[in-house]
Amino acid sequence: MRSLATLAAALAFALDFALAPPAATAADLRIALAADVTSMDPHFVNLQPNNLVAWHVFDALTRLDDNARLVPGLAESWKAVDATTWEFKLKRGVKFHDGSELTAEDVVYSLDRPTTIVNSPGSFVPFTRPIVAKQIVDRYTVRLKTAGPYAMVPYDVNSVFILSKRAAAGVRPEEFNQGKGVIGTGPYYFVAFKRGDRVELARHDQYAGPRPAWDKVTLRIITNDPARIAALLAGDVDAIEQVPTADLAKLRGNAGFQVAQKVSWRTIFLHLDQFRDRVPGITDKSGRPLDRNPFKDARVRKAVSLAINRPAIVERVMEGAAVPASNLVAPTVFGHAAALKPEPFDADGAKKLLAEAGFPNGFSAVLNAPNNRYVNDERIAQALAQMLTRVGITTRVETSPANVYFVKARNQEFGLAMLGWGSFSGDLALRSLVATFDAERGFGTWNWGRYSNARLDGLVIQALATLDAGKREAVAREAMTMGMQDHAVIPLHHQMTSWAMRKALAYTARTDELTLAYQFRAQ
Amino acid sequence: MLVYLIRRATQSVVVLLVMSLLVFVGVYAIGNPVDILINPNADQADIERAIKGLGLDKPLWEQYLVFLQQALAGDLGKSFVFNVPALQLILERMPATLELAVTAMLIAIVFGIPLGLWAGLKPDSVAGKTIMTGSILGFSLPTFWVGLMLIMVFSVDLGWLPSSGRGPTRELLGIPVSFLSWEGIKHLIMPATNLALFNLALVIRLTRAGTREALMQDYVKFARAKGLSDARVIGVHVLKNISIPIVTVTGLQFGTLIAFAIVTETIFAWPGMGKLLIDSIHVLDRPVIVAYLLIIVTFFIVINLLVDLAYSLLDPRVRLADAKA
Repeated sequence: MRSLATLAAALAFALDFALAPPAATAADLRIALAADVTSMDPHFVNLQPNNLVAWHVFDALTRLDDNARLVPGLAESWKAVDATTWEFKLKRGVKFHDGSELTAEDVVYSLDRPTTIVNSPGSFVPFTRPIVAKQIVDRYTVRLKTAGPYAMVPYDVNSVFILSKRAAAGVRPEEFNQGKGVIGTGPYYFVAFKRGDRVELARHDQYAGPRPAWDKVTLRIITNDPARIAALLAGDVDAIEQVPTADLAKLRGNAGFQVAQKVSWRTIFLHLDQFRDRVPGITDKSGRPLDRNPFKDARVRKAVSLAINRPAIVERVMEGAAVPASNLVAPTVFGHAAALKPEPFDADGAKKLLAEAGFPNGFSAVLNAPNNRYVNDERIAQALAQMLTRVGITTRVETSPANVYFVKARNQEFGLAMLGWGSFSGDLALRSLVATFDAERGFGTWNWGRYSNARLDGLVIQALATLDAGKREAVAREAMTMGMQDHAVIPLHHQMTSWAMRKALAYTARTDELTLAYQFRAQ
Repeated sequence: MLVYLIRRATQSVVVLLVMSLLVFVGVYAIGNPVDILINPNADQADIERAIKGLGLDKPLWEQYLVFLQQALAGDLGKSFVFNVPALQLILERMPATLELAVTAMLIAIVFGIPLGLWAGLKPDSVAGKTIMTGSILGFSLPTFWVGLMLIMVFSVDLGWLPSSGRGPTRELLGIPVSFLSWEGIKHLIMPATNLALFNLALVIRLTRAGTREALMQDYVKFARAKGLSDARVIGVHVLKNISIPIVTVTGLQFGTLIAFAIVTETIFAWPGMGKLLIDSIHVLDRPVIVAYLLIIVTFFIVINLLVDLAYSLLDPRVRLADAKA
């Protein structure tokens, strides 16, 4: 129905727009969000829409810049004072919305708080757990201790919003929805939250950073794609996030609007089962199980990669809103190995490799993909299936909604499956996706294919324990290069995120996909 | 009458129990929200902890018994993703959906009955034929397409009406409603019309068919022979006799409107219950799904009962005590 709806919207676009959209008052900004905001408690559940709202009201010790690189937030600087201790120096004179000053007490309180929320389906505890002790050195200095050397601390604290201890202490998470305890240091303060409808914010005039252009911001929740576009066209909102790729060209062609776009940190790739001897969905051409797992052979994995025409997927399926991928992280992200190039399309080479690996006639496979999670996910899977079938791997596509898909994937029901991933850094992505599955250590949590390479594991461990950012990135790149050259997973493309807005506005697009009102400006 | 009501109530409880069990097992069979919502950086221990935190590690029967126990105390559980009681979540969205459904039903009845009567009384006139042709469109055009077209024409092209959302609300008897202000009505017109179209067509056709049938009946001929005015023949005798099917269908349709306003609510970003259900299914938020369906089933039970009661008022031949509902 969704594709039909998109089609309907596309049809409707053919109509001329007689009226220019009426402008809102100059100092108000109305943005349509594509997903529902569930809670005003910034520590309750780690969901993009919730975090997006929180980034208006709250701040964290560190921030990510437009390219998803780490920059100072509430901490003006940080350094590793010894192998297991990180020291953060707070900016002075930062004011909460209630006028009180930010101190180390608030930081420690906020880092302690996620563990107290036990009923969250997506807790922030993974970011705070590595910190085993917190020490207040003085009013503006905090030391965070880890059990062993751990380089991710400055990144982890980027995900934990800093609350005012005075305002939030004793407030239950659900009371935040009425605005209780929603006192932060961010550029906007909380006005109202109407669940399923909108969040209203107003400018915090004591904000220390650059003064945002908008007095009032309304974040409206319009999850339906055509409805979101219609709201923009009708002038009911000034800007929208997540423009469907099918509508990009028409919006660009419309003089009243413009589009901002950036390569996102979300990388789409394929997991190949390299663990079991009998793989679900992988059979010979007549449907009988194979006597061995073809994906255990690196030549077959490479053949799969060579069979994929990435530029064609980017151009045709994604309508240009993606870039071919060679890495598990996007080009601007920490640990991206720039020396790797996207695998060139080579159908003959793929056939040759398959023959060398003992599959001159190929085999049959089922490609699993979600159908409502990533941009055009189902259509990508269909294109992939044709490409694989062309080199001899007769591929059938099976898609399911995300709620069914991820559960099945976790239960190891897939042999060949699509996944998308956005990460702060390459070594962290490798730890979750490619490192040997090990529940004890928390490695390979999302390694559906169960790829295992002890040397790569070693590099990941080494990178995550290297506190010097320069040295760490070198190791992270080496690990990435090793994993990709071994075709542990098959990267497809990095998604692009698109925003559309009235002509009079401009947006500084972000790699981390966040829609932040203060990054919109009038032009 | 009392026996009848008691019997109906007992049946309702059984229906609710069976339904809650089915939904419970169904959602359990798909999985749990942690697999969908868990932080990507979480490790296996974090996942276990989250599952435990939500009480999803316990065996199904135990989860269901806990649910039943709490449900009897009026607590249908807390939403996994909103972290507020599911019942509160649904009740706070209900006024928006009810407002939409009631407006849609009113549009269907207020326009549908006169149009249907006209088409029934003058079936061969141009107007009568036009009404019937129009009603085919009401049946056959998909709601989401009509909704998008309405938005494109009246919001984007003409700029008369807002494209989506609910207008400012005001409290009426403690319930937030939006139809008290012009801004609110402007927001209500398109989604209500969109939702009404199908039922409008239905009411037109029912009324027309009923009218045509009634006009052939002896009592109408007799009334006419007696010299009663047309207004009285049609307004009292015909209308009363054709109202039973209309009441049945509109009653049942009203339940459907509430339960399945989902498409309209989604397209018009109307913050009602239907949208909540869809979002909850996406993330397997079981407490909300179960609570929503329990409420909807209760709605249908109550509406059915009211319809049966209305029968007995409209048609003295129907006796409730005999009705094996």
